[in-house]
Amino acid sequence: MRIRSAGASALLIECRDGERVEAWRAELWRRRESGQLSVVDIVPGARTVLLDGVAPGTAALIAEWPEPDVLQRQAQRLVEIPTTFDGEDLPDVAAHWGVTEAEAVRRLVETELQVAFGGFAPGFAYLRGLPEAWSVPRLAAPRPRVPAGAVGLAGPYAGIYPTASPGGWRLVGHTGQELFDVRAEPPALLTPGTRVRLVPA
Amino acid sequence: MITVVRSGPLTTVQDLGRPGYAHLGVPRSGALDQVALRRANALVGNPVAAAGLETTLMGCALRFERAARVAVTGAIARVRIDREAVDGEVFDVPAGAVLDIGRATRGVRSYLAVAGGIDVEPVLGSRSTDTLSGLGPAKLSDGLTLPIGQVTGEPATIAGAGQAVDELLLGVRPGPRDDWFAAGELFGTAYTVSPVSNRVGCRLAGSALTRTRAGELPSEGVVLGAVQVPADGQPLIFLADHPTTGGYPVIGVVDDVTPLAQARPGSTVRFRALD
Repeated sequence: MRIRSAGASALLIECRDGERVEAWRAELWRRRESGQLSVVDIVPGARTVLLDGVAPGTAALIAEWPEPDVLQRQAQRLVEIPTTFDGEDLPDVAAHWGVTEAEAVRRLVETELQVAFGGFAPGFAYLRGLPEAWSVPRLAAPRPRVPAGAVGLAGPYAGIYPTASPGGWRLVGHTGQELFDVRAEPPALLTPGTRVRLVPA
Repeated sequence: MITVVRSGPLTTVQDLGRPGYAHLGVPRSGALDQVALRRANALVGNPVAAAGLETTLMGCALRFERAARVAVTGAIARVRIDREAVDGEVFDVPAGAVLDIGRATRGVRSYLAVAGGIDVEPVLGSRSTDTLSGLGPAKLSDGLTLPIGQVTGEPATIAGAGQAVDELLLGVRPGPRDDWFAAGELFGTAYTVSPVSNRVGCRLAGSALTRTRAGELPSEGVVLGAVQVPADGQPLIFLADHPTTGGYPVIGVVDDVTPLAQARPGSTVRFRALD
């Protein structure tokens, strides 16, 4: 673990892998809830946790805390996403993996995913859990419009478009599940750390 | 209630934004020139979190159904009430009159506060229009009506920002990814504000920054004022509607982005190292 500065009031905690990012994120969240840490935003990334809006001296404070244990996943909330596997790029993904489409769907259904971090759009979650060897490249040319609810893959991540937008992820299916509702608290269904399963609709 | 007579190219409702949701991909948003918005609110007795209007280069015109006290701050622009030019920052607009904020002659963004505040429905604790994600009210369009809230406080005066200048010297704290670039490279040359700058970021044009490290940066959280360096080496300074995570290295963080809210395309930007 290494702590870098990002301007006068933000810190970037570097972690070895995604599991440790999640461990730090959960630990920092807990410490904020219990009043030990004052911070406006706790933003996980692929290999980092950003603390935005911290007081001077926070880096020294965190450096004294022990490295948190990697969490027992089962303790985290599980969300099932009813998915219809009819994505335009499913044949491509199956070809990348060297399997049939049915086998590709089986892999997607049997892999437990977890929200690693957000970004791109409100409610969009980068879902980790697929093995690195199953990484697929983004489309060479992004689609001008991907519909809300589209389920796609890019690199080692899976993701679901909360709203219609341009996008370069390889689409494997779609869901009718609403992912972002400004009247809900929290507004996003898929918050960092949440476990996710794609279940056949 | 006020009715939009002339919306201008991009006039939006803005307050102090919606920080605290970055982990869910929600940009902070909020007024780009918060000093100017705070001053406008103070001048009409509004609380600091009241929403006003932010114009872009060409101003806007509004008809007031009822008499109202307003303040206009930020970019320098001619203000007219029913076509009559008026001076100062605080104006009493009669019922039925049209207030016209003209083209900015200095700076980019004027801020209009109305006593009582613009009272559109808040979204995630803020009335700001987020041009990146689409959260908050739509940008102003001709004919749109905006509700005004209850007048609450007494007018006060607080300091304004310095006047907009054509040459900016911005303080930058190096990092978190300054080690991806040759040391000090950012501080050697002058950049020009590109016309494609917007509320998401101020794009700069100048000598490209060269990476000393190959490969891709795994996506990570980014802050207001982050100087991100995309593949073409031309720096981009993140403003209020910036995405919450990004995959390009951030060479440094500008400590105060307020002057950039008023930096016109073609302005010169230089950086100096802090700490």
